[in-house]
Amino acid sequence: MAGKTLYDKLWDDHLVKQRDDGSALIYIDRHLLHEVTSPQAFEGLRLAGRKPWRIDANIATPDHNVPTTDRERGVEGIVDPVSRIQVETLDRNCDEFGILEFKIKDQRQGIVHVIGPEQGATLPGMSIVCGDSHTSTHGAFGCLAHGIGTSEVEHVLATQCLVQQKMKNMLVKVDGKLGAGVTGKDVVLAIIGKIGTAGGTGYAIEFGGEAIHDLSMEARMTICNMAIEAGARVGMVSVDDTTIDYVRGRPFAPSEEQWDAAVEYWRTLHSDADAVFDKVVELDGSEIQPQVSWGTSPEMVVGVEGNVPDPDREEDPIKREGIVRALKYMGLQPNMKISDIKLDRVFIGSCTNSRIEDLREAAKVVKGRKVSPTLKQAMVVPGSGLVKAQAEQEGLDKIFIEAGLEWRDPGCSMCLAMNADKLGQGEHCASTSNRNFEGRQGFGGRTHLVSPAMAAAAAINGHFVDVRDMMN
Amino acid sequence: MRALQQHKGIVAPMDRSNVDTDMIIPKQFLKSIKRTGFGPNLFDELRYLDEGKPDQDCANRPLNPDFLLNQPRYRNASVLLARRNFGCGSSREHAPWALDDFGFRVIIAPSFADIFYNNCFKNGLLPIVLSEEVVEKLFQETYANEGYQLDVDLEAKRVTTPSGESFDFEVDDFRRHCLLNGLDDIGVTLEDAEQIRAYEEQRRETAPWLFNAGR
Ligand code: SF4
Repeated sequence: MAGKTLYDKLWDDHLVKQRDDGSALIYIDRHLLHEVTSPQAFEGLRLAGRKPWRIDANIATPDHNVPTTDRERGVEGIVDPVSRIQVETLDRNCDEFGILEFKIKDQRQGIVHVIGPEQGATLPGMSIVCGDSHTSTHGAFGCLAHGIGTSEVEHVLATQCLVQQKMKNMLVKVDGKLGAGVTGKDVVLAIIGKIGTAGGTGYAIEFGGEAIHDLSMEARMTICNMAIEAGARVGMVSVDDTTIDYVRGRPFAPSEEQWDAAVEYWRTLHSDADAVFDKVVELDGSEIQPQVSWGTSPEMVVGVEGNVPDPDREEDPIKREGIVRALKYMGLQPNMKISDIKLDRVFIGSCTNSRIEDLREAAKVVKGRKVSPTLKQAMVVPGSGLVKAQAEQEGLDKIFIEAGLEWRDPGCSMCLAMNADKLGQGEHCASTSNRNFEGRQGFGGRTHLVSPAMAAAAAINGHFVDVRDMMN
Repeated sequence: MRALQQHKGIVAPMDRSNVDTDMIIPKQFLKSIKRTGFGPNLFDELRYLDEGKPDQDCANRPLNPDFLLNQPRYRNASVLLARRNFGCGSSREHAPWALDDFGFRVIIAPSFADIFYNNCFKNGLLPIVLSEEVVEKLFQETYANEGYQLDVDLEAKRVTTPSGESFDFEVDDFRRHCLLNGLDDIGVTLEDAEQIRAYEEQRRETAPWLFNAGR
């Protein structure tokens, strides 16, 4: 018999019941909640007279709607009344059911996918779900982690299980060494550019290879975060020393007495050498350039030295139509150089790139420089209150502020513009987030996805430049 | 949940690939804490010429005359015909809620994003995967015939055109069973409560750190 993949192992370890019809009951170790996708689930519980199955498996925090300024005022500081009601509803639901919540004024508050790992609430080998598609982030720890809809949020609250079909296995192998200035974000954008936004549909993707295991946990999280942009609900990296070192000592991590047994188990969380994948994709890490998205889908991406594509050269009619539509929306000309795209705003933040390492990389680029006067705004939004505190301890806030970037409070912010931070119509933004869909960052806004270092370089120049040219 | 066994309805052709959930229901409408009322904001940015705001009366907003759901022939559509990778993007269940609230019951496409596909079944909507060629043919027939309807039979797993041509589709048994019978799947899962508890106990023994409270 062939060996097991990491996904097979995680699946087997969480299987409560295999049903005859092919569906299975999977146990959920950790359930993360935020204000946008949970209110209807709590309401459903109440209407059915049900109670949460296991209260201590749940952790909640408001992130999507929270303002990134004026936070001392707490919920009162949320200007939009509809947003405020949503945050208050989360508070009320968590209080009523006794669920641990890092509220808006708690220093542990932050983007749900930043705080899970930060607290050690994300542990290797766990099954983790959240009503948010970027839950794939947690797979960086060798977890089975994926996003769910609101009905499933209710289902997990009520039963601690999910009804699932097993996915297929895909290995994305990135070998070689990444060049200087090339980050996890560039790797994942290059992968999506290669396999497309539906390339991973129906699969659980394991990211492997030398280039991946050379990366920090932060960078692995960036990569797994965007598995969903490649169509895969699940992205994973197997456990190694980097994983274990990261987890040690965090608030929810195993205690001293539990530690050795936990580590022994975690060491098994990798695909066996003879495991068989349904699909394997290989990339050479040394060839990956810093990436910039030019269109309205994350697969519409190119190296910074490249050009905007020419639809006339695309043979697939559906794709050609997609390029024409995207260029029109983005206000770009075919064949123009990526470095000629002028920017209006820069956003450094989101669950993809708002961790301490991301902020350090951006700070390194802007240090001693000034934001281009042609920009309307450049902002840095840390992923959590703890990331913010850490950055301030390292003096990163001062570097940003001196360079002319705004230093904000934690939340999703301009990643999806549910709070006050958004793009104006037609504005171009270099953004470290994960989605460049039409209107994502504001009505008529134009998003270009990049790494924190590339966003920082763009902030200084007012247009895209190759960050590698600024590094000496 | 509302059951669906058979459905016959007018087809609306959404002729673009990678329709994402931000397009289906833009984020400003996700602030609602209810499950209903999203229909007027379905495809908001394509459907109206102005920027939509939550809690606004959509009746007086300027419509984009080119958008399909604003054309009289598609206004009463209940079957949405779409291109590949429909529903990609976020996990927001507001997307199927909005489609449902507008009146759609069936969505046909060559492929769907996983989470969206799954969310549809939880809300009495049936997503059907047909081949790229068949979908193309249905697009042509829809354009050519005003009032074009499709007849969908979930029991038989079959879509039939007005000319009597039919296409079989796949759907897994559990989802089909729940949708045919309008089952609440939380109730179904809780029938296995004992097994869940047994699993939990065994995990508490072998992996106690999974149950830690924070320090
Ligand atoms: S940062 Fe953006 S992508 Fe991440 S959870 Fe928040 S809104 Fe979603």
